[in-house]
Amino acid sequence: MNALPHILSLITFLPLVGALVLVVFRASARGEDASVIDRNAPSVALATSLITFGLSIWALMDFNMADPGFQFVEKADWFAGMSYHLGVDGISLSLIILTTFLMPLCFIASWGVVKKRVTEYMVAFLILESLMIGVFSSLDIVLFYIFFEAGLIPMFLIIGVWGGPDRVYAAFKFFLYTLLGSVLMLIAVVAMILTAGTTDMVALLDYNFPVGMQTWLWLGFFASFAVKMPMWPFHTWLPDAHVQAPTAGSVILAGVLLKMGGYGFIRFSLPMFPDASQTFAPLVFTLSVIAIIYTSLVAFRQTDMKKLIAYSSVAHMGFVTIGIFSMNIYGVQGAMFQMISHGLVSAALFLVVGVIYDRMHTREIAAYGGLAQRMPVFATVFMIFTMANVGLPGTSGFIGEFLTMAGGYLVNSWIAFGAAFGVILSAVYALTLYKRVIYGSITNPKLENITDMVRREVIVFVPLVFLTILFGFWPSLVTDLTGPAVEALVEHIAAAAPALQ
Amino acid sequence: MTPFMSNLSSIGPEVVLTLTALALLVGGAIRGERAGGLINMISIVVLVGAAILGLKSAGAETTQAFGGALIFDKLALFAKTAILLSAALVLMIGAGFLKIEKIVKYEYSILILLATIGMMIMVSANDLLSLYVGLELQSLALYVLAAFNRNSLRASEAGLKYFVLGALSSGLLLYGMSMVYGFAGTTRFAGIAEAANADASVGLVIGIVFVLSGLAFKISAVPFHMWTPDVYQGAPTPVTAFFASAPKLAAITLIARLLLGPFADMMDQWQQVLVALSVLSMTVGYFGAIMQRNIKRLMAYSSIANMGYAMIALAAGSERGMEALLLYMGLYLITTLGMFACILAMRQSEGMVENIDDLAGLSQNRRGLAISFSILLFSISGLPPMAGFFGKLYIFLAAVDGGLLWLAIYGAVLSVVGAFYYLRLVKIMWFDDPAPSFVPSGFVLTLTAGTAAFFMLPGALWLLPALARWAGAAAGSLF
Repeated sequence: MNALPHILSLITFLPLVGALVLVVFRASARGEDASVIDRNAPSVALATSLITFGLSIWALMDFNMADPGFQFVEKADWFAGMSYHLGVDGISLSLIILTTFLMPLCFIASWGVVKKRVTEYMVAFLILESLMIGVFSSLDIVLFYIFFEAGLIPMFLIIGVWGGPDRVYAAFKFFLYTLLGSVLMLIAVVAMILTAGTTDMVALLDYNFPVGMQTWLWLGFFASFAVKMPMWPFHTWLPDAHVQAPTAGSVILAGVLLKMGGYGFIRFSLPMFPDASQTFAPLVFTLSVIAIIYTSLVAFRQTDMKKLIAYSSVAHMGFVTIGIFSMNIYGVQGAMFQMISHGLVSAALFLVVGVIYDRMHTREIAAYGGLAQRMPVFATVFMIFTMANVGLPGTSGFIGEFLTMAGGYLVNSWIAFGAAFGVILSAVYALTLYKRVIYGSITNPKLENITDMVRREVIVFVPLVFLTILFGFWPSLVTDLTGPAVEALVEHIAAAAPALQ
Repeated sequence: MTPFMSNLSSIGPEVVLTLTALALLVGGAIRGERAGGLINMISIVVLVGAAILGLKSAGAETTQAFGGALIFDKLALFAKTAILLSAALVLMIGAGFLKIEKIVKYEYSILILLATIGMMIMVSANDLLSLYVGLELQSLALYVLAAFNRNSLRASEAGLKYFVLGALSSGLLLYGMSMVYGFAGTTRFAGIAEAANADASVGLVIGIVFVLSGLAFKISAVPFHMWTPDVYQGAPTPVTAFFASAPKLAAITLIARLLLGPFADMMDQWQQVLVALSVLSMTVGYFGAIMQRNIKRLMAYSSIANMGYAMIALAAGSERGMEALLLYMGLYLITTLGMFACILAMRQSEGMVENIDDLAGLSQNRRGLAISFSILLFSISGLPPMAGFFGKLYIFLAAVDGGLLWLAIYGAVLSVVGAFYYLRLVKIMWFDDPAPSFVPSGFVLTLTAGTAAFFMLPGALWLLPALARWAGAAAGSLF
């Protein structure tokens, strides 16, 4: 296919343009017109996100899979040494496509469900999409930071305006927690800029920071990414944010925002501070294993479905950090795969909860039971994603967990043991949830008239089901894309920190 | 040109402002209160005109006038332009408020003109005496402005409190200046620099500390901040907007010129003082604001915290630090004036309101105002992509570069506390249920808030680099 000039800028800023169009129309509308805009805003948002998705697929077609370097590079000087510098490799492109893929699903899932301040809702999500894509495509460290932190603002508003009863508390907790981590990273970024004399990430990747300095820089970045990820014990904001956020907000939070932490580790911590990464790897492994086991146990005790899935997300992110810090090809590939897979599966699970929440307006597990009798299609979909969440072979969840455990095993077999223990626990909580919601007889009289999924909801789940199973059987679709970049990364670390091997 | 004429031409804008102020005073005395609106209008035009005149007539070279008592360099030009435009903006956004509160008096504009002249002398001061004259001209006008609403008990209290504490700080300043003079043997900055370079005697150190204490009062640095919340709350809102903007820039520019000029060789001594002032100001400013319900008191604490931030840049004592300081202050002025335009727009049918809860649900009934206000709040919390973030970034770069890593970390962590209370305003506007709606505000307020917000967000892409370059050039004139 013909290369489209500035395709990355297009993908990054198209949603923003859509948002601006909506803002302008809504601001100039008076009275009757305003409701017309509100009615049409979802279609505009959906169309924008679909075009963005199409463009990202176009970029994928043009992408040279064999090249581990950055492609579609765009660069222009800005001011004070900063530059507008975009580019993607396999690692970032896969996450961009995950983002652009989930976004239209969010808009479909919100269709008709969101009733208040519809236009603003769409605008917030479109802005968020631009910022998320920007995080993955920027190659200037200041630009990265701008996108990374700016994403807090729309998410804060999404949770706070359209969230549940405790939304204010959750929105503040989310915002301040993440901000505290980010400002520490900012200081590390500042120190890096002053030491290396450049804000260009490609140059920074090749710069050898003194070992003693790496420790501090690594900790600065860790503060931000560990909160974002989130790693135990920095995860406490996540259950609150998930429970209070509207369904689409949870989807984006679990599907994309959490991946920024993993992406950050892979893009910054590992290649830029290889010595420090090696020093701190045992710490990360310990926290990850604790996260996997502890949060799985916590998940088992939850009475709120969203909270349960939120804790399960923390556990699954533990696999990602194990994979990343094993610093071998299995582990990092596994981490990438796990991030993509979790992006699909956890997003789908939040959508599943959204389906019944929209009908019953409660997320209490105890309020449900016996849904299989009334909602067979729903029960099937829920089953598939429960299995994917557990990591059943044949679903994408298995590949990621297997590869990260293999990577961990190469470092230390106890890590794999702890992680495998977590897999068993994940089966315990996920199957228990499924049993209590779907099986049994209907005890809650309100459930008698519950209806199965409508076409709009089926449309949302079809691509998710398809990809979850497709990636389960054909993982090289993802690994071929991320492979060269991951190999280059692993070699880079090995060269920079020879003691590792 | 005779020396006298060339001296006069250097201070062209000041001369124009002085003559205008005097002429308007006569005019006001003849025409009485009815002339208030017209005088306000003329003052705005003259202020903007003086800014343009200053920009036009400024040469590339640094010049001195009156035997070295005043200096005209890029730094002075930057500060003067910012001060003149802020003063003009304050007059513009304040006119409606004064009309509603029925305190239109022609002295108001004239006092602002006089304070502006004082500030212009401050930022050009190259001698302890001209420094003091400028400072006092500014302060005396501000004391009167604080108590301007004669019938309000709070305003009278504010004026009195400001005056008493201000007089105390002037005393400290004068005492410090006399010490410096005693040990340096001259009041000229160049002479003091030589003395400080030759021998940083104890007397000079004590002198600096007293001078700094006196000046810290003007930028409301902790522990010299006590007056700030009360005066901000008590003074009429446009006057508060003025307090929060131009005088802060003038005073911190003056401090910078003093410390980086004559006392540059004694950096080891004054740096500690600045670090202490900075840490205290940020702590008190950020934590103190959390409990405030009155938006003007909140702005007082916000300005204390922001001055603490600005002092981080100053403490770095480098050209980079100075550039960061000027950029930060420029952005601070724009944000603050925009926020005060929003505050002045807080008017319900029964009158002006100042409680932050009155903002509830603003996003639903005054969307444009809410968006502008939110952008300004996000900007002043230092969140990207707003321009305020770049101000903070410059400061962190300067601080880490200058070896003040821990101060930078402390500032960064405290900015999260700051984000909490700025966000609380956003929360009230966006998450809470609407309170009784505001009556539509005037065109000027909307325009000011909108323009400031525009500068903070999309405008940042083009305007910010220009401002940063200008700040860089201005900073260069001190080194």
